[in-house]
Amino acid sequence: MSAASHDAHHAHDDHGHGHDEGGAHGTLKDYVIGFVLAVILTAIPFWLVMGDVLPNNQMTALVVMGLAVIQVLVHMIYFLHMNSRSEGGWTMLALVFTLVVVVITLSGSLWVMHNLDTHMMAPMPHDMREVP
Amino acid sequence: MSPDLVKTIFGRLTWDAIPLHEPILIGTFGVVALGGITVLAALTYFKVWGYLWREWLTSVDHKKIGVMYIILAIIMLLRGFADALMMRAQQAIAFGDAAGYLPPHHYDQVFTAHGVIMIFFVAMPLITGLMNLVVPLQIGARDVAFPFLNNFSFWMTVGGAITVMLSLFVGEFARTGWLAYPPLSGLAYSPDVGVDYYIWSLQIAGVGTTLSGINLIVTIVKMRAPGMSLMKMPVFTWTSLCSNVLIVASFPILTAVLALLSSDRYLGTNFFTNDFGGNPMMYVNLIWIWGHPEVYILVLPAFGVFSEVVSTFCSKRLFGYSSMVYATVVITILSYIVWLHHFFTMGSGASVNSFFGITTMIISIPTGAKIFNWLFTMYRGRIRFEVPMMWTVGFMVTFVIGGMTGVLLAVPPADFVLHNSLFLIAHFHNVIIGGVVFGMFAGIVYWFPKAFGFKLDPFWGKLSFWFWQIGFFFAFMPLYVLGLMGVTRRVSHFEDHSLQIWFVISAFGAVLILFGIISFVMQMVVGFMKREQLADKTGDPWGGRTLEWSTSSPPPAYNFAFTPVIHEIDAWHDMKQRGYVRPTTGFIPIHMPKNTGAGVVLAGISVVVGFAMIWQIWWLAVISFVALVASAIIHTFNFKRDYYIPAEEVVRVEDARTEALRSLA
Amino acid sequence: MAHAQALTEADKDRFYLTEDHHPENGTLLGFWIYLMSDCLIFAVLFACYAVLGRNYAAGPSGADLFDLPIVAVNTALLLFSSITYGFAMISAQAKKVKPTLIWLAVTGLLGLGFLSLELYEFNHLIHEGAGPQRSAFLSSFFVLVGTHGLHVTFGCIWLVTLMVQVAKRGLGGEMKRRLMCLSMFWHFLDVIWIGVFSFVYLLGVLK
Repeated sequence: MSAASHDAHHAHDDHGHGHDEGGAHGTLKDYVIGFVLAVILTAIPFWLVMGDVLPNNQMTALVVMGLAVIQVLVHMIYFLHMNSRSEGGWTMLALVFTLVVVVITLSGSLWVMHNLDTHMMAPMPHDMREVP
Repeated sequence: MSPDLVKTIFGRLTWDAIPLHEPILIGTFGVVALGGITVLAALTYFKVWGYLWREWLTSVDHKKIGVMYIILAIIMLLRGFADALMMRAQQAIAFGDAAGYLPPHHYDQVFTAHGVIMIFFVAMPLITGLMNLVVPLQIGARDVAFPFLNNFSFWMTVGGAITVMLSLFVGEFARTGWLAYPPLSGLAYSPDVGVDYYIWSLQIAGVGTTLSGINLIVTIVKMRAPGMSLMKMPVFTWTSLCSNVLIVASFPILTAVLALLSSDRYLGTNFFTNDFGGNPMMYVNLIWIWGHPEVYILVLPAFGVFSEVVSTFCSKRLFGYSSMVYATVVITILSYIVWLHHFFTMGSGASVNSFFGITTMIISIPTGAKIFNWLFTMYRGRIRFEVPMMWTVGFMVTFVIGGMTGVLLAVPPADFVLHNSLFLIAHFHNVIIGGVVFGMFAGIVYWFPKAFGFKLDPFWGKLSFWFWQIGFFFAFMPLYVLGLMGVTRRVSHFEDHSLQIWFVISAFGAVLILFGIISFVMQMVVGFMKREQLADKTGDPWGGRTLEWSTSSPPPAYNFAFTPVIHEIDAWHDMKQRGYVRPTTGFIPIHMPKNTGAGVVLAGISVVVGFAMIWQIWWLAVISFVALVASAIIHTFNFKRDYYIPAEEVVRVEDARTEALRSLA
Repeated sequence: MAHAQALTEADKDRFYLTEDHHPENGTLLGFWIYLMSDCLIFAVLFACYAVLGRNYAAGPSGADLFDLPIVAVNTALLLFSSITYGFAMISAQAKKVKPTLIWLAVTGLLGLGFLSLELYEFNHLIHEGAGPQRSAFLSSFFVLVGTHGLHVTFGCIWLVTLMVQVAKRGLGGEMKRRLMCLSMFWHFLDVIWIGVFSFVYLLGVLK
């Protein structure tokens, strides 16, 4: 087959299939908004932890994780230009499916392993400080 | 030379690694070497190297890559099945004073290699090969979305297979069972190269599997012919989509877990050790998060094949198309929340065990729905018992038994009795042979004429079916019995002579399966000899219903001279009903991807990286890794990846087909 | 959902297209799916850290080891590299080769800065006797953070490759698509880093 062929002049996308370039493009404004939000959302948790601002550690931990989730969303929207329309919705579908699997993996592992450790009487973390 | 220098140059590799003292291995090596030399000599003598390289090894044509995957799978099936025969023979004779012919050291490698090879290098290439061959044709595409990646994925799979085969003659394979649980697979208990061979062969093949999964997803999402909405896709394409989603969303977990195990072995970290806070159960937990979806990766495409075969050979539209699709999607998602049923006995409490027991049982609902759909398709259908249909009926009988023993095992208290017993072995062979293997064989027989232009010999095909079907029951029903009596898996020697008769029956069954495999190969050989008689000139030998049967057999490189437009679920059936006339004029040049040798090169270097890491030849590892990255970068500078098939060429091919069709009429 | 497969009125009665048919390019979707699979690799590493991260084996804990100012600087470097990559993409959209190259170079330098700080931190920990072999906590810490670092390293190599290609070929459709892929990769690594600094470093210091 290849003997009878001739090279195409270019990769075929180069001759005028505008829609092929695909992907959402950010504007300068998007990037700047995203950046400012990201800086704020990074600075607050560092300040909370380093300045020991909140009354107890548990509350700090919750706030830090909450802010992390918000910042992930900011990055998704402003830097990765996620929306439900790009690529016919398939990127969003892939993301949602992956998140489901990630949540199953993380929470499932924690649940299973904690349950297992309790029943097998594995040394708990507080003991671990002393066990050689 | 000083020992230090030798060690720097050769790492752990010494003459002792060559198993000169093992007569079985030397014999095998002799046969393999002789066979290999004969094949190489024949290739040279007939001067087909150039042809092979240009038309096959470097090909980016999805049909050829699919065929090569299936050839790889059949070759590896012979190796994996040889392991099975050795185990059956050993267990049939090793009672009391008789030690059998395999020392435990060797026996442990045999069962590990059997499991690894059958899952990763037989079942996986079979499904990937069939999906590659069929999916683009079914959706009316000219190739997959990333043709080069497809070629690369194939060669990475071959690279993994080569690495496993190397362990036969250089060093040894793992003695840990097919999932290599730590701490046994850790450095403390497996200090030699076996586990490293295991890790690297799976990592190399895993790259190929993941990339081919991505490739096929994008192909199905982006390249369907106009009019083919999701709910008009053929069922095989649907199951392929779900199977590939599972591949992409589970193989990375395997990759990561194996990487952590290698980090324990190479860097001395403590993930899965017993000391310093490591936890081996974390490995078991994580690897089954991959392992359970893997089961569905294998069986979903088989379900797709059965759906296509049933509706074709009953000359009816598949009963309950949309319920079939929903059942497939539900199985895809449910497969992620059942993994713990593989280790009910390993210390979880009642809450965890009952949750996973119940989710496991729920999976049988969509699976049962599928069985009923196939039965209702057959009901009042005009059934033609050709070979693919026989495999399908055989599947329904066998698989339902396997499914029921599966539901039994899903009950945690029952599992406490049966865990790691031969009952479990019988169960999963029951579903994997009865489901995946029968499905893939049905698919191969069904689509063989599409790929090669002639049907397989039906006599040998039917013989193969009966040998497999009867052999299966002889080989595995005794294992159910033994399992209920409490016999555990992976044992190379027994004391209780009353058990022996069951093992002998089982070994007899394995011999019947051997005849089944021989007949399977014979149907290809005889089919090839009688190819004139069995030729399919119409392109539609079975009265098919989906798009792949609308083009010639074998299809031209470009698959379809004109992209088809789809209106109905069974597109080709619809076209035939509504008086479709094949276009004979107006052909235009067709844009196609160009062949490339980059895949062979990259995969070859990857095998060298793996080999160097296994034997700890650090200088070679560094150099080959740099070479790997460099070749990948160089490949990205190749921008001329496509060409046009000129219109005259299309006219020539299509005119030949017009002529062939006219001679039939 | 499937706009590429939608039928027009004219197609209703025909069985094939007589004109040339180009399916949509799938590179960006394919790369996105690859990133999703990479995300699962990180999920496993995070799961390991979550399960094993408090098994100190009588060794040092995060509170004893982590130096938050360094982490803050590292985070800043990555954040800046994200926006400079964004500027590179904006220049690429406008088909301006030189600004694109400059912004890419800045991004690469920020990435290298991140990597050197991380190597400094690792080196420091190992010298203190808190290497990856010390405890399951340190194993999971080193491998999680190290895997992210490896990704950044490959991102840098890829970035240099693309700079050479942009310089040679300009900013055609193919090159823009490649830049877009790396852009997704780079921002994705940033997202992973949010998880690392919040979950590993900040929460690690708290306990």
